Amino acid sequence: MRQTAPLAADTRPWRDAGATPFLRIQGVGKAFGMFTAVDDVTLDIHRGELFCLLGASGCGKSTLLRMLAGFETPSAGRILLDGQDMSAVPPHRRPTNMMFQSYALFPHMTVERNVMYGLLREGLGRAAARERAREMLRLVKLDGFGARKPHQLSGGQRQRVALARALVKQPKLLLLDEPLGALDKKLREETQFELVRIQETLGTTFIVVTHDQEEAMTIATRIGIMRDGRIVQVGEPREIYEAPDTRFVADFIGSVNLFEGRVDVAAGDGMRVVTQDLGPVTLRHVPGLTAGQTVWVALRPERLALGHSEPDTPNRFRALVEDVGYMGQLSVYRLRLPGGRLVQATLSSRAMDDAPISWDDEVWVSFAPAAGRVLTQ
Amino acid sequence: MSARSRPWRWTARGLGALGLSGRTLVVAVPMLWLLLFFLVPFFVLGRISLAEPILARPPYTPLFERGPDGALVILANLENYRLLWADTLYRNAYLSSIRIAAVSTVFALLIGYPIAYYIARAPEPRRTILLLLVILPFWTSFLLRVYAWMGFLQREGLINSALLGLGLIDAPLVMMQTTFAVQLGIVYTYLPFMILPLYANLTKIDDAFFEASADLGAAPVVTFLTVTLPLSLPGIIAGCMLVFIPAIGEYVIPALLGGPDTLMIGRVLWDEFFSARDWTMASAVAIVMLVLVVAPVMWLQSWLDRRGLNG
Repeated sequence: MRQTAPLAADTRPWRDAGATPFLRIQGVGKAFGMFTAVDDVTLDIHRGELFCLLGASGCGKSTLLRMLAGFETPSAGRILLDGQDMSAVPPHRRPTNMMFQSYALFPHMTVERNVMYGLLREGLGRAAARERAREMLRLVKLDGFGARKPHQLSGGQRQRVALARALVKQPKLLLLDEPLGALDKKLREETQFELVRIQETLGTTFIVVTHDQEEAMTIATRIGIMRDGRIVQVGEPREIYEAPDTRFVADFIGSVNLFEGRVDVAAGDGMRVVTQDLGPVTLRHVPGLTAGQTVWVALRPERLALGHSEPDTPNRFRALVEDVGYMGQLSVYRLRLPGGRLVQATLSSRAMDDAPISWDDEVWVSFAPAAGRVLTQ
Repeated sequence: MSARSRPWRWTARGLGALGLSGRTLVVAVPMLWLLLFFLVPFFVLGRISLAEPILARPPYTPLFERGPDGALVILANLENYRLLWADTLYRNAYLSSIRIAAVSTVFALLIGYPIAYYIARAPEPRRTILLLLVILPFWTSFLLRVYAWMGFLQREGLINSALLGLGLIDAPLVMMQTTFAVQLGIVYTYLPFMILPLYANLTKIDDAFFEASADLGAAPVVTFLTVTLPLSLPGIIAGCMLVFIPAIGEYVIPALLGGPDTLMIGRVLWDEFFSARDWTMASAVAIVMLVLVVAPVMWLQSWLDRRGLNG
């Protein structure tokens, strides 16, 4: 995650209620016939952000991006960029540029001509445009490739040409549709950091559409999670992961164990929730809950502790190890509770060096009151 | 693909034993077709073009003859080809054919491109109907449709009556038996052959290219000139060849719509063959026409390959 080290407050303007957002999406909706692709989305994005729109395919994230580029006209609401209403501005007059999922590099032009294309359209002279294009190709580490045609490049190189072409006009807003989607896993991981480096070098505001939650967590300053055309939660990666608002978000980002239960007593700085699978568990107090209310306790796999001896904590349970998945630095354990429910726990492989846990072991599972998050929807 | 039936496997094994793969077999069919109906006739024509006309049946000299000493003598002379080059009638006929075909092709492109573009951009149900309309004329005889044009273009035809009736002209326009009528007939007849390859090419182009161009600041006209047009070049070339090649050798349209001064090589060929009964000269005319047509086609294909635009 990007914000592990504390940053000065002014680099995170979204935390400042008084800051003026750079891009304001206000009540924007888009319907195609009977189908509502985007439904009443309101979102503020600040200058210099790398904002990720994250969601499964068909959630409306690409349609929202295409409305920002001007390829689709909103059925409702408006889009303000730098204080200017974009509604009536056609795509070729918008100060935004887009990097397409398919890259859409012009196959009949060389790499250099592709990058120069946008500059020539704004009336820049040929020599100056060539100079700028070369500079941009240098930034994406493709010097010397200018004379090639797109079909003579590898997938990773094409991706960088597409990025250079979209950035060379110095857009106010760069829109990236699944920018790493076509790359293989190893290259994708390397390119994630490269993308962040370029974004930080230029300070351009990026909006990235992706379905890959790991990618969003790695590169984003903030993430907006979309479902059925709506934004369900907006927050920094850590916030989204540690403090999801809904079961959907908790389950969508990373793995989670969810337990349905009822609030038993909410007293002092702790409270008790009686769950079907775990029985009563003690959690940190959450304001606004009433006794008897149905809630869900979300437990991340890495928040669970495993041991052979009985731990000294109120939340402890016996479980049978059903499966162990060794993944290198981590090991994933699938545990069967006496009631039959399966629970997933993730532990650092090193932590298990002294007292290894193996198949069919009876172990203690425990977690701290602060480890569980209570969700109401 | 997973469960290949037994007869298929047996067939494949049997062919394999003969040194034939399924692939060779599939390629062999069109190859055989070309050999039988193109290459063999081509050589027959080539051989006749080297003979001399005689009053006999067939009306040309044999290729081989026994000399007085019993040795085999090959009788071949290039007199016909020399005459083709020397006689201005033939040269003018070739040039005029190329000119008429070229003008017709350009107009077919200018009319066909917007139609193909519109069909390619049309939403699905309408697109199919429009394509059907393009192919629809093929359901009536080509000859009938050319005759119909005579009805339009005549002195007392539909166009002249309409223009006279509206008072736009005082005297009927002379349209029949002109080069203009021939070009009109060619454009009309071959327009579908221009539209179809263009349409096939234009629908294949990913919309993202047009969006990318607009996104980078190109107005629609600029996008058309810098992106759409170059990317549809293979379609333009395919369409132009499909119109230009048959138009050069066109016989029926100039015969019906053309006048005495519309000189086209198809007509010269007909006259040599049926009126003059000079098979050797007719063959030479046909061979030269073929070479004139095939050479630029091959050059264009290799040019497209070099530009990486083919396939």
